[in-house]
Formats: sequence, C-alpha cells, structure tokens
Amino acid sequence: MKPNSVAIVGAAETTELGKIPNLSQIQLHADAALNALKDVGLKPSDIDGVATAGEIPTNVAYYLGITPKWVDGTSVGGCSFMLHVRHAAAAINAGLCETVLITHGESGRSRVGVSNTWPRGSSTLPGQFEMPFGVAGPPTMFTIPVLRYMKEYGLTHEQLAMVSVVQREWAAKNPRASFKEPITVDDVLNSKMIAYPFRKLQCCLVTDGGGALILTSAERAKDLPQKPVYINGTGESVETPLISQMEDFTTSKAFRVSGQQAFKESGITHGDVDHLMIYDAFAHLPIYGLEDLGFCDRGGAGEYIANRNTAPGGALPLNTNGGGLSYMHSGMYGMYALQESVRQLRGTAAAQVKDAKVSIAHGVGGMFAASGTIIMSNEKI
Amino acid sequence: MAEFKKQVPRPTPETQHFWDGTKKQQLLLQQCDQCQHTYFPPRPFCPKCASTEVTITQASGKATLYSYVINHRPLPGFDNPHSIAVVELEEGPRMMSNIVGCPQTPEALVLDMALDVTFEALTDDINLAQFQPAEA
Repeated sequence: MKPNSVAIVGAAETTELGKIPNLSQIQLHADAALNALKDVGLKPSDIDGVATAGEIPTNVAYYLGITPKWVDGTSVGGCSFMLHVRHAAAAINAGLCETVLITHGESGRSRVGVSNTWPRGSSTLPGQFEMPFGVAGPPTMFTIPVLRYMKEYGLTHEQLAMVSVVQREWAAKNPRASFKEPITVDDVLNSKMIAYPFRKLQCCLVTDGGGALILTSAERAKDLPQKPVYINGTGESVETPLISQMEDFTTSKAFRVSGQQAFKESGITHGDVDHLMIYDAFAHLPIYGLEDLGFCDRGGAGEYIANRNTAPGGALPLNTNGGGLSYMHSGMYGMYALQESVRQLRGTAAAQVKDAKVSIAHGVGGMFAASGTIIMSNEKI
Repeated sequence: MAEFKKQVPRPTPETQHFWDGTKKQQLLLQQCDQCQHTYFPPRPFCPKCASTEVTITQASGKATLYSYVINHRPLPGFDNPHSIAVVELEEGPRMMSNIVGCPQTPEALVLDMALDVTFEALTDDINLAQFQPAEA
C-alpha cells in the first residue's frame, strides 16, 4: 500500500469492557461498530467494505445491515485486525471499496453466543502431534519457548517479572483497565504457578469486549470530523500452527518478516517511533517483540524493560493501556493494541504520551503462529 | 475444562505410517531423497525442496531437551504437575512430548539433558512417543 494514502477515521471499543454477560459475541461486534460509526459520524449505509475475525464477515455485515462490495475474513488469531488494516488499505488504494469497517467482539469470559473455534481436532496436525501431550490452551503452549530463551541469553525470572510490574504502572493511569493496583516483582514471583516458569501475573486476563475501526482514503478523511491517523507502513506473516515446530525458540520469524516489511514500507527509522504496542498475551511477548522489531539487540530486551525504558517516563512508552496483562484480553487482543495507538495519535489516551506522532501496533496470532504490524502517524510522514 | 480432555490422535493417510511405527515402538521420520533433509511431522513431500521422493527412516530414539513448561493446572488424564516438552532428536527434527521417569521439577529437568524415547500405550492402536532421562 502507498504510505499515508489511507487513514483510520473512526475508532471505538465496546461501551463496557471486562465482564459483559448481557451481550452475545455478535452484539459485542455491533456495539463496537456502532460506537465507531458514531465516532466518525457515518451510518452503516456509508460502509462498503467489511473485515472481521472470530465471526465471518457475512454475520457482521448482515447484523449491521451493511451491503459490502469488499470483504475480508482473514483469521490468523489475535493479530488478524492488523492484517485487516493492511488489506483494507490495499483495497482502498486499488479502488475496490471506499470505506471499510473492521470489527472485533469476543465473549472471552462470559462465553455468550460463542462458536467453538479451537481448531485442534484429533486428526489435525496439532491434534495429533501436540494436544495428546497435555497442552491445555495458550498458557501451556505460548510459554514453551521461554526456558530456551532464558538459557541462551541469561534472562532472569526477575527481569521477566518486571514486564508485568511496568505494565501495571501504565494500567494504574487508565480508568478502563481491569487491574490497576500496583504490583512488585515479589508479587509476580509469588503469584500462583500456572505453567513453570509462568505465574498467574505473567499471563493475560480473560475478559469480554470488542473494538472497531473505520478506514477510508486520506483524501476523504479531510471531510470527516476526527483527526486522521494515517497508515504509514504495514507488514504481515505466518510461521507454523505448531509451537513445537517454531524455527528458533528465541525469536519469531513471523515477527521479523512482518516488522521488516512495515519499516521498509514506511521509510521511518526506530528513532522516529514515539509509542509502541506489542501484543502481550504473556510476559515474554514484549521481549521477543522489542528484539524482533529491531528496538533491542538479541538478548537485550529483558534488561531494557527492567531498566524502565518502556515504563512511564521512559524513552519508549510501551503498552500504555496496561496491555493484555492488565488492561483487558478477550482472546484476540490485537484490536485493543490498535485502539490504543489511535488514541495516542489523537491525543486522547488515558496515559497520553506527550506529542506522540508515530505509533506502532505489533500483533501476534496463535502461539507465535502469525504476525501483523501497523505503523501509524497523525501527520503525513 | 471438558474440551481439553486427553486427546487421542486420529491418523490421516499422510500420518498413518508414523502411528503404525509407534505401535511397534519405532519412532519414524522422513528423509528427502533429493536434498537429504530429515523432517517431522509427516507429509508426503519435503518441506524444504518440495520433492515427493521421500523415504521413511527410523530415528535412533536419542534426543536432548530443547525447552519445556511444567503445567500446574489440573488436566484430565495427567498427573499434576506434568512436563510438556519439546525435544530435539539426534537426527535434527524437534517434536513435542512429555518427559517421564523423573521428578517434574526444574531441578530434574535441565535443558540439553540427554533423553531416550519410550512409548506409552494410549489406546490399543495408538502409542505416544515419550522421553525419559538417558541411562548414564
């Protein structure tokens, strides 16, 4: 896609976040979509492109009364929405549609109106070669590479615990965060053991919620009320559905490919970045992300975080909403990372980074299975 | 969580030979006749060069411990806590497994330790490849 030619012009989360037992999954999509339409002052009839994951685009378009001429149902896990942004920008560039709605809604905690999408039946590759060994969901899959990383680079349990501590400091500034009470390294290391070396405070929340984005051409954005957030660079990739077959347990190939594409497309350098979101389903994700995106040398990100570089007042504000560890995590968190980038670039974030001009939202899908990276700016850079 | 009961693999035409192998206490891999790449999990072509000329080979059963977690959440069909490991076979490929025959603790489970394959009968037809610390 052409940098700065497409903008996010509408953005909103569901009215409530956390525990929402009175809304089904499709209604969470709709609640977020209606909020985003209100944000930009458009109606469903103004939308001609729909992208979503978790639900198929058909369900969302029908439910909202939209007749799209472009749809994207790319579903590669929690970063799907980064891929939707990328695909939507390309589609708008190509003239396939003008105004795209991207929705997310997930009843992750209350499980209302949820279809079973755990694609690990007993004849699939994960079903034959991983599930029989007792992997009980993300806490015992996503975490498997970390001991290898710790041995290779000397990352300590205390440094890994600092990821949670720092993100809680950001969450304390955010009234919508699920957990706001300060925590210490000792609190993290004394919390309940989930899957050694991971304890409860190093694992994401499980909540209900949703979010929606509306994108259109930069030209059309001029006539709309919100400050445009330009799409400046984009990347995506996938590696493997099997965590055991990840090429190198100390780095994600999908992260590297996606990040490099986004930087190349945008032409910016790391020093230009004012604000960063790295999808943190578990505490090691920001460490892998910082290194694979090129912000830290190999093996250096644990110390970088422990030295408070990503904390409030640090050089590189990271996961400023509190992240999946403290803000919210419905299951496919990528949408909330994008929402926080948009808020920062509009200047409306709860923990606002002063004069933020360039933000990156970097997502993971599955267990290091997929990745999407979006570089955004509130100026045409 | 009922959906995470101990799952019994259901072989497909492409993986049947592997499960036939474990039933006979053999750990079978595949090797490309063109580029000699040895790979896992099974498929009837080389994932490196796409050649369909591949030969089934038997692994030595020797491996090292590449990485792992120790699950502390109760899980039907498993003693609690239990290891979930990725082992690196002598021939190169890695696979998920459990480390058995030793305490399920960080002190007993040391990365790069030598392991030997052993087989656990899950059903009459399906044996799982497990690994245990190698005899000194």
